[in-house]
Amino acid sequence: MGPPPSDSAALRPRPFRVTRARRELADVWTLELEASDGGGPVTFRPGQFTMVYVFGIGEVPLSISGDPAKPDVLVHTVRAVGAVTRAVCAAKKDDVLGVRGPYGAGWPVEAALGRDVVIMAGGLGLAPLRPFVRAVMAQRRAFGRVVLLIGARTPASLLFAREMARWRARFDLDVRVTVDAGDAAWKGDVGVITTLVPRATFDPGTTTAFVCGPEVMMRFAAADLVHRGVPPALVFLSMERNMKCAVGVCGHCQFGPAFVCRDGPVLSYARIEASLRIREV
Amino acid sequence: MDTIDDLLSRHPFFTGLKPEYLALIAGCGQNVHFAPGAYLLREGGTADQFFAIRGGSVAVETYVPSRGAVTLQTLGEGEILGWSWLFPPYVWQFDARAREEVRATAFDGTCLRTKCDADPALGYELMKRLARLVSGRLEAARRQLLDVYGPAPVR
Repeated sequence: MGPPPSDSAALRPRPFRVTRARRELADVWTLELEASDGGGPVTFRPGQFTMVYVFGIGEVPLSISGDPAKPDVLVHTVRAVGAVTRAVCAAKKDDVLGVRGPYGAGWPVEAALGRDVVIMAGGLGLAPLRPFVRAVMAQRRAFGRVVLLIGARTPASLLFAREMARWRARFDLDVRVTVDAGDAAWKGDVGVITTLVPRATFDPGTTTAFVCGPEVMMRFAAADLVHRGVPPALVFLSMERNMKCAVGVCGHCQFGPAFVCRDGPVLSYARIEASLRIREV
Repeated sequence: MDTIDDLLSRHPFFTGLKPEYLALIAGCGQNVHFAPGAYLLREGGTADQFFAIRGGSVAVETYVPSRGAVTLQTLGEGEILGWSWLFPPYVWQFDARAREEVRATAFDGTCLRTKCDADPALGYELMKRLARLVSGRLEAARRQLLDVYGPAPVR
């Protein structure tokens, strides 16, 4: 839940300095930011987002892709698709951006305690899930099997390749990666991410699932997880909508009866399944 | 040592099949191994088999001029490769290549078709399972066509 709308400070961007900018893919950058107003770090829960303001251009909601155990560094992984995100991606070391937040409901880690965990990340959806993966691995013994299913368009569009290699080297994390279109050098699987659901080893009845990616991918993924036996109330999706105020006032991000900025962005499949089937919601 | 019946009873495709059907199907099967790089089947070849994969990884490929072999899909443990043996003209539509050591049970298509014709209940059971498999592959191919990771909305 975000701060109350009456709190005007919640709507005021704070200055954050870019301390590092790293190109992840041709059109995707990761920025590391530090508060430059002495107001302290952004303590966040995995799955939350901030509103990032590029002065003179505009504001955009960005999910946090850093480590929740290291709140001093605010990390965002961004694809350059429009005027604001292109400007965010063009930011250089020592540039200053405005940041407000964090906002929204994150991934409910507590809903997975003692259970098997399936994490499905499609494309850039791995960015909002990375803090969650790190949080789960930081308390690995609190969970049963942990399965990470990753899908991307091509091998060249896989995010966080080095970190992914570290995850794959672990014996307590089952990582499966598939691409829609492989190339001659690709040694992983080829096929859509949902083909990994029946292949993965987990006990559906005692599984909590966390899914992030393009909405159509999440719709199929959630349906397949439920078909395999995961309870709909324990399949969580991170929804993307056109968030403006980020505190549940303006209504831009309304999705059925929910405001994605305030009630989400993470929502259970049980709650939004019907809305997902309504076109243009 | 496991018999083919034992191996099949543990393969997801055959789960829940009556033991007598399992025995009939196993009678058409033999265990096979493929070294990395070996072809399980070649496009244009006679489709007289199908494979229940028990281990390893298989790439379903087609050759595209100027691009070489393009992988359309990968299959692994617990999955089935090949259904062209079911329908005339019984010709493979794609290549299938072992990406690593592959263990599988290969079934003689003619043998199975003969048994299915002789016992329609067995045939119906097998066809239901194969239809589910084909339907799943079709659905996956359609999802692949969606190119869901394509350009994102502008913001």
